[in-house]
Amino acid sequence: MSATPIATTRSTAGMPTARLAVWWIIASEIVIFGGVLGSYIMHRLAHGIWADYAANTNPWIGLFNTFVLLTSSLAAVLAHQAAERGDGQRAANLLYATCGGGLVFLCVKAYEWSYEISHGMTITANTFWSFYYTAAGIHALHVIAGMVLMLFTASWAKKNEHLHRVEIIGIYWHFVDVVWIFLFPLLYIAK
Amino acid sequence: MAESIPVEENGHHAGDHRDHGHHEMSFSEKYIFPLDHKMIAMQYMFTGMFMALIGGFFAYAFRMQLAFPGIEVPGWGVVSPADYNSLVTNHGTIMIFWVAMPVLIAAFGNYLIPLMIGADDMVFPKINRLSYQVFLLSAIVILSAFFVEGGAFGGAWTAYPPLSTKAEYSLTGLGSTLWITAVFLEFVAFLLGGINFITTCMNSRAPGMKMWDIPMVVWMIVIASILFMLSVGPLLAGGIMMLFDQNLGTAFFDPDKGGDPILWQHLFWFFGHPEVYVVLLPAVGIVADVMTTFSRKKLFGYKTVLYTAIGTGVLSFTVWAHHQFIAGIDPRMANVFTVTTLLISVPIAEMMFVYIATLYGGSITLTTPMLWALAFIFEFLIGGITGIFLGASGNDIYMHDTYFVLAHFHYTFYPIAIIGTYAGFTYWFPKMFGRMMNDTLGKLHFWLTIIPFNGIFLPLFVLGAAGQHRRIYDYQNFPELALPWMQDMRQFATVMLLIMLGAQVLFFYNVITSWMSGEKAPKNPWKANSLEWTADSPPPHGNWPEGLPNCYRGPYEYSHPDREEDYWPQNEPA
Repeated sequence: MSATPIATTRSTAGMPTARLAVWWIIASEIVIFGGVLGSYIMHRLAHGIWADYAANTNPWIGLFNTFVLLTSSLAAVLAHQAAERGDGQRAANLLYATCGGGLVFLCVKAYEWSYEISHGMTITANTFWSFYYTAAGIHALHVIAGMVLMLFTASWAKKNEHLHRVEIIGIYWHFVDVVWIFLFPLLYIAK
Repeated sequence: MAESIPVEENGHHAGDHRDHGHHEMSFSEKYIFPLDHKMIAMQYMFTGMFMALIGGFFAYAFRMQLAFPGIEVPGWGVVSPADYNSLVTNHGTIMIFWVAMPVLIAAFGNYLIPLMIGADDMVFPKINRLSYQVFLLSAIVILSAFFVEGGAFGGAWTAYPPLSTKAEYSLTGLGSTLWITAVFLEFVAFLLGGINFITTCMNSRAPGMKMWDIPMVVWMIVIASILFMLSVGPLLAGGIMMLFDQNLGTAFFDPDKGGDPILWQHLFWFFGHPEVYVVLLPAVGIVADVMTTFSRKKLFGYKTVLYTAIGTGVLSFTVWAHHQFIAGIDPRMANVFTVTTLLISVPIAEMMFVYIATLYGGSITLTTPMLWALAFIFEFLIGGITGIFLGASGNDIYMHDTYFVLAHFHYTFYPIAIIGTYAGFTYWFPKMFGRMMNDTLGKLHFWLTIIPFNGIFLPLFVLGAAGQHRRIYDYQNFPELALPWMQDMRQFATVMLLIMLGAQVLFFYNVITSWMSGEKAPKNPWKANSLEWTADSPPPHGNWPEGLPNCYRGPYEYSHPDREEDYWPQNEPA
């Protein structure tokens, strides 16, 4: 069963299969986040008091995390560039840097959440906080999934194997980033 | 596009990279953890059919209760009110998510897409296998709910909150959680499968196969997969919210604490209505292929069918709130949704006309698959027309949640899931198993299924119009619904159901005996054009070990005036 089916190597659409697939994955992810954020926005518009709840979130922490994620995406782009040149070792190192960004993001998130939870702003406090933790939680799960996949990709890249996957995981990481770009103003800035 | 792969490279690859057949596979590699798309298709097919038996058994149990209230139902025992709720809920859920989806999309998609586009497998064989495994897990999860404390979920297949989020209302604690978990897992499985289908069809077509040379059933499965991918997200999000409501004590859907039960209805039906078209389109595609083969005519308006399918898909995203006409939405919104709902009948009607035009003047052979295809048109027409009644909000306010609605959606889903499946299964049976099916038994099974089907659901239109409400355990408690003629009709429908279920035994008998000792099938028993008929019956792993086919024309070149033969296979050079 080690043989590669020819179906996996053909490229009738003129785009590598893996890149094509990751765009479809992103299309399906967009509607998942669309469902959560759409529901959140409708509720937010209907409940003026949510602005008061939202005032308890810390935009500076959110801003810092935005900065961390964007920087990690830059590392992912540089990793892609290195992979294009065939420099697997450098690509792997840059992917580790990207993962490091993800880790910092999650640690900051953990600090922020534990602070909020200890002050009574829990997921059951009211519907605003339910949305806050659910939307950011689903996003955090995507960050974790992306980091796991990225570690695999880096370990292949180090051996100069499957270098095209560096680009694929990068596309996914940018998507996770873009979701955060929507979450940040919705949960932190809009008062 | 297609020209990017030189024709010669094709054969070269076949020899070099694919050592299919060189390596003897163990039993578990071949049947339990296969990578071969055909074997995965079979797994989906038989799991789906097994679940259909369970869903059918549930229908039998609750219909016996309705016809003969309070009796001990053979095989189940006395149906308690809580049992009744679990039975109807799980009948609906299983028949749509664990029968129609796996059989029509996953099984036919897996089997047909690579064979019909001239590829040797899916582009991601391992993801394909994973998709089935997640699906199997979801089936185990939903059935396991029958064995936990409190029993299986009984809050209806739409799972409206607060019934579904609070154990004190649905009377099922863990059962509700298992239900939503199973649905969630099932959707993940189909997302994995759908991405595979779409990318395979986009990237792995045979050299020379242009967009307009793709057989209709492949197109339809791909469009259905795209529809599924773009509609299921909100419900996945809603599923997470519901799990949190049930287990963490959040209140997304609880009006007591600022939540909104209508939110779930929106999230559910934003997916739930496109889902009808997700399962409809593959059936429409199967019927197109069967019908052209057995009327020996070109499909009338290939592009029309395609554009109407895409139009149906787009429109299907704009109709969901017609399920909520009485849920307290703004009447002005109801007008909008009435209009979009009625609009969708235009492309669907167009498809039906295309099929009738395809039949017109054709040399029709009434084989078993053809009978099923014709029945699809006839029965689906009744479902479609009654849908127009219900799409109009004024009428729906009266009809809502009566048996009229129930009869309507059974007249759409039954042709889709059951008739469409039988049309496809009997048509491709020779390819799948290398044997011909017994045609006499097939026809007997057809008539014994179709006549009782109408016998079950035509009376339900009448009962619904007379005001019989859904989800009532015992109509004896409502004197105006317990008139003797009403009870007679219920009993008639139940007897018809028994006949129909009995006829399915005949089907399984036919499948098993034909599989074991049927006449050996040639490569192309129906003299059809599409590429799957150029592979051996059944096709080996890799489909065409001697080299993949090239494609020269569309799949519907029947009775071409310049040809002596009345068919013109896609892989035959001009």
